[in-house]
Amino acid sequence: MQTLLEIKNLKTIFSTARGVIKAVDGVSLILHAGETLGIVGESGCGKTMLALSVMGLIPANGRIARGEVLLNGQNLLSLTEEEMREKRGRDIAMIFQEPMTSLNPVLRIGEQIAEAIRLHQHVPAKEALFLSERLLGEVGIPEPERRVKDYPHQLSGGMRQRVMIAMAMSCRPQLLLADEPTTALDVTIQAQILNLISALKEKNNMAVILITHDLGIVAEAAQKVAVMYAGKVVETSEVEKLFSRPQHPYTRGLIESRPSGCADTEANGEAYLKTIPGTVPSLYDLPPGCRFSERCAMAEDKCRLREPELMEIESGHFVSCFISQRIVK
Amino acid sequence: MASVLIDIQKLGKKYILGGGFLQNRPRIIRAVNGVDLQIFEGETLGLVGESGCGKSTLARLLIRLEEPDAGRAYFKDQNIFAFSSDDLKIYRRRVQMIFQDPYSSLNPRKSAISIIQEPLNIHQIAGRKQNREISVQLMTRVGLSHEQTKRYPHEFSGGQRQRIGIARALALQPALVIADEPVSALDASIQSQILNLLKDLKKDFGLTYLFISHDLNVIRHVSDRIAVMYLGCIVELADKNNLYQAALHPYTRMLLAAMPNCDPHKPKREITIRGEALDAGDQGCNFKNRCFYKIAICDERQPKLKSCEGGGLCACHRAGDI
Repeated sequence: MQTLLEIKNLKTIFSTARGVIKAVDGVSLILHAGETLGIVGESGCGKTMLALSVMGLIPANGRIARGEVLLNGQNLLSLTEEEMREKRGRDIAMIFQEPMTSLNPVLRIGEQIAEAIRLHQHVPAKEALFLSERLLGEVGIPEPERRVKDYPHQLSGGMRQRVMIAMAMSCRPQLLLADEPTTALDVTIQAQILNLISALKEKNNMAVILITHDLGIVAEAAQKVAVMYAGKVVETSEVEKLFSRPQHPYTRGLIESRPSGCADTEANGEAYLKTIPGTVPSLYDLPPGCRFSERCAMAEDKCRLREPELMEIESGHFVSCFISQRIVK
Repeated sequence: MASVLIDIQKLGKKYILGGGFLQNRPRIIRAVNGVDLQIFEGETLGLVGESGCGKSTLARLLIRLEEPDAGRAYFKDQNIFAFSSDDLKIYRRRVQMIFQDPYSSLNPRKSAISIIQEPLNIHQIAGRKQNREISVQLMTRVGLSHEQTKRYPHEFSGGQRQRIGIARALALQPALVIADEPVSALDASIQSQILNLLKDLKKDFGLTYLFISHDLNVIRHVSDRIAVMYLGCIVELADKNNLYQAALHPYTRMLLAAMPNCDPHKPKREITIRGEALDAGDQGCNFKNRCFYKIAICDERQPKLKSCEGGGLCACHRAGDI
């Protein structure tokens, strides 16, 4: 398979009043064309900052300190702002959690999509509007010829997310970054949006990075998965492997602490959920050694002294945990 | 059979939207539309539904933050909407609420201990000093430490704030706790901690829960019985296992099918999910526009909630034959 995106040792740091934090701390990932990579983690783990780093959209107080982001072999980090603007929207597109804040409330949705089209394609305004109508139909909005004239507030949350997707798809990007695209939506709408993203991915042989906090969504929609914790990828593999043989104690904790659906069955519905003790460490005050060591039941002295590296324990399955690495060996 | 703690009868609440100057016809939203529901002592009743289905309005009615337009609700045979202000004060000691957002439901200018102590002082449970002791005990009971008593909400993490909210709700030793999406705003690794805490507290304090959530996994874990709400109406009510194994209402089935599943080997869903929860007009079943089992009668009459095989209740003309 053709490698589309390769992130190499990416480090994104932020300078704040309280000090410098590493929001993304040495992340390496590979994504092939037509593949969906799920990135899971809790709030503050750096998953959104990773996506924004790829897009070249990190907030003003942040910067990329190190690493490469290669799209088809070209390092996006070495591009000028103007060249990057060319890439954004045309080759890489992004959709966000809250579609209402990403849409302009005073423009009709047809015009907004047409604007995105005309930014990258030299077509007359009229044709762009016609194309946006077709895109709306493609993302499953009923009566697109009427809906192009609607304003964002006239649409439901699910419909707004469809409009965002239509806009993102307007230039047939090779890579779609979806940051919690269904978190603000109801479960029946979520299922429809995930189906839509999958269908568009298949049709256009597009790669998708799906950022979510919900393991269920990853299991459903992704082929590969990376689990992030406090700025680092702690485990990455194919989806089947991650769920059938999770190796990092944090991944295991996440899967096992999920009510129903995953680990527990009707039989132990009465039982307590497994928990991960404690809370995610503050990025300002990371523990020495492994970042998960304070919450880990298996932690040894070594874990509190040295930070484990991401190592391949079986083909395509990487884990950064001394103990899992030793056991598998 | 446990005794009935809350008996809701034909409860209704509508809101009128728009209709102001420059606007067209006002829109009537029936947030709660003729709900009948009983909550038994000692059980956890799960209330599940999507946003806008009226589940939070129902909770707010029960705690008397809203006044109903129709129907009644009884707390141990007392009509809660006929309470005098003294009675209401007593009632509010017996029924407490835990909110979704632990950030906005705690006063940022009060320390943790004074937040928990406030209801004790208002209801003059004991002297100030003793109230304080009770509060400290509660704080430790919900997993916070002595050193944290004087801290302010912003110094706590989301999970810890929710613990403060829980301690505050328990301070008056209520009989019923209404938990409105208590874990939705929390991270995955914290959710399970709070769910376990709620379970422990239920046992220790002999509580009854009305547990509201949109998350079917959470609801399944905590509930004994589950009520499914759609556009203001209860469409299905059943024991937990019946609901998850043999859902009767097409909407419940759709919800279950839409639930993300953690097993990547599981075959993809057989049920197609379509449409959105939009007001379906005055006539017929609310769900008719999204339903795959629709027949002529669904356009004409709204189905009533009636008993079905297996002991559950379902509001569908075709319950049992689909």
